[in-house]
Amino acid sequence: MAKLMFHLVSPASEFFSGEVDQVNIPGADGDFGVLANHTPLMTSVDSGVLVVINGSDEQRIYVSGGFAEITADGLTVLAEFALPEAELKGEALAHAKERAETSLKLADTPAAIIAAQRAVDALAAY
Amino acid sequence: MPSLNDLQIRIKSVQSTRKITKAKQMVAAAKLRKAEEAANAARPYAERMERVLANLAAGVSSASAPKLLAGTGSDQVHLLVIATAERGLCGGFNSSIVRKAREEIIRLQGDGKQVKILTVGKKGREQLKRLYGELMIDHISLAGIKSVGFENAQEISDMILGLFKEGGFDVCTLFFGKFKNVMTQIPTAQQVIPAKAPEGVEVRDLDGAIYTYEPDEEAILESLLPRFIGVQVFKALLENQASEQAASMAAMDNATRNAGDMIDKLQLQFNRARQAKITTELIEIIAGAESV
Repeated sequence: MAKLMFHLVSPASEFFSGEVDQVNIPGADGDFGVLANHTPLMTSVDSGVLVVINGSDEQRIYVSGGFAEITADGLTVLAEFALPEAELKGEALAHAKERAETSLKLADTPAAIIAAQRAVDALAAY
Repeated sequence: MPSLNDLQIRIKSVQSTRKITKAKQMVAAAKLRKAEEAANAARPYAERMERVLANLAAGVSSASAPKLLAGTGSDQVHLLVIATAERGLCGGFNSSIVRKAREEIIRLQGDGKQVKILTVGKKGREQLKRLYGELMIDHISLAGIKSVGFENAQEISDMILGLFKEGGFDVCTLFFGKFKNVMTQIPTAQQVIPAKAPEGVEVRDLDGAIYTYEPDEEAILESLLPRFIGVQVFKALLENQASEQAASMAAMDNATRNAGDMIDKLQLQFNRARQAKITTELIEIIAGAESV
């Protein structure tokens, strides 16, 4: 099966870079999976868990606020915040929750309120 | 003519000054390396963001473009965000940014525009307070922050965006020290609102294919622009951080060298004075012995 070139970039660093089989993205219009040779697409990414599948290996990464861009070269996700799901606990979790709640308070358009509410909900499960 | 004792005290004092400047220089060198690494780590995000924005901006007509991109249609009120360091001992770093900002303020006021100032970092605020205190609307302190993170940039950009929404200003310009290399830091003014689509970024050719946009182009652009401004602020803060350490290192290197020169000079003076004293004593002894 053809491999998909995938980059996950956050402001602090290049979080992930490499060839994978499939990436599931929490898109603004719902979750979707990306395989190799996907049609060019640009979408905003909501807060949630992004799943990177490579063979039998599965990585779950929590991302919040960003964009996904799919071109012939592969998939690039720009996330304002990215953290492996396993590390999402204690202080980091509290911090993420706080951020989500602040953005809910600041949200003023219906779309922004929905996105912020979804972020709060996504974190409530932890 | 200072006495031997006085000279010795002065030499000691300059020596301990040299120790301090030398230590500060080494601290700055270590911090500079870290700051450069942070700036490099942030680069991929900023570059990709610029590319995405350039792609989007090229496809959106100016009539329907969001205000952040197209502007408010006026340029009467200017917000200057002046980012400087929290600490001194870094040569002309803070002053050169302040000078650049002051030139801009004078130019804008000469054109009859209204100027508002938002300072980031204590040093710039101190230098501008006396002349332009009444123009300052707020201050953001970075004291106690070891290494600027994206949250710090977000705090600043949230404040800018909040003001923009309220109609607090029309044009926003960011002042910071651009890090060219260890020897050169360039005080830079960068306009962030209305956002300028980055120049020199290649608009990606998809070989005839077209992007699918979810939800749609304008919605994406609308949520991308505030982030883009955050990224620009973040980049400026990182550049500033690296520039500050580089300037500090250069200034402390100079100070260490000057202290060394001074010690040499004082040591020579001290040796001469000591020799002169010995010679005088000898002459006295010989003269005394002869007279017996």
